Amino acid sequence: MASGVKPRVKVPKTASAGDTITIKTLISHKMESGQRKDDDGNIIPRSIINRFTADFNGQNVIDVALEPAISTNPYFQFEAIVPESGEFKFTWYDDDGDVYEESKKIEVS
Amino acid sequence: MELTRRKLLALGSGAVALSSLTGLPAFASLADDAIAELTGGADLGEGAVTITAPEIAENGNTVPIEVSAPGAVAITLYADGNPVPNVATFKFGPLSASRSASTRIRLAATQNVVAIAEMEDGSFQKASANVKVTIGGCGG
Repeated sequence: MASGVKPRVKVPKTASAGDTITIKTLISHKMESGQRKDDDGNIIPRSIINRFTADFNGQNVIDVALEPAISTNPYFQFEAIVPESGEFKFTWYDDDGDVYEESKKIEVS
Repeated sequence: MELTRRKLLALGSGAVALSSLTGLPAFASLADDAIAELTGGADLGEGAVTITAPEIAENGNTVPIEVSAPGAVAITLYADGNPVPNVATFKFGPLSASRSASTRIRLAATQNVVAIAEMEDGSFQKASANVKVTIGGCGG
């Protein structure tokens, strides 16, 4: 499922040093669980995003291992500390080997 | 207080709701096995983890869940009534602020959602929440 995958991330544009900010991420992906059957009764093979990471200037914020029980269009909300200006990097790892990336800059005063 | 027919009916339906609460499904062993594998059979404390889940989820395909455990290095979520109990593992890095995360999960039926947090000192904490599901989310 390499087509139609679109990451969306919400990060504040500015913050004060040491602030806690809330980050929301969503990626469109059907997250086929491997439990469903098609009309002929054959099991539809699993195809999910199995890992999501968020890093800030090379330091890890959160590292999530996803199982098929995560809903379609996986959504995560979490909080991060921003010590200085820099860039958040978000990475999603697909079962089929694809890697989707998104980055957001933040100005810290 | 005069007991009218209407009040009597309201009382009766309240009692029914209460009795249905006591009939919670038993803890499935699949999730217990998975938890034992994670913790290595260690004792589970309670109190440090908070799990926020809706009491009733109309659509089991997307149930909002929030977990929070100050001082945790990782939180693992299990759903004991799903075909596969593991849901997700959140590992928190040095820049994680509150050791909390929200996501949306699939639930096959009414069941308990369990969060196991691994604390900085290596101990484990547990919290669970019962979610009633109207329409299952695994498309059996």
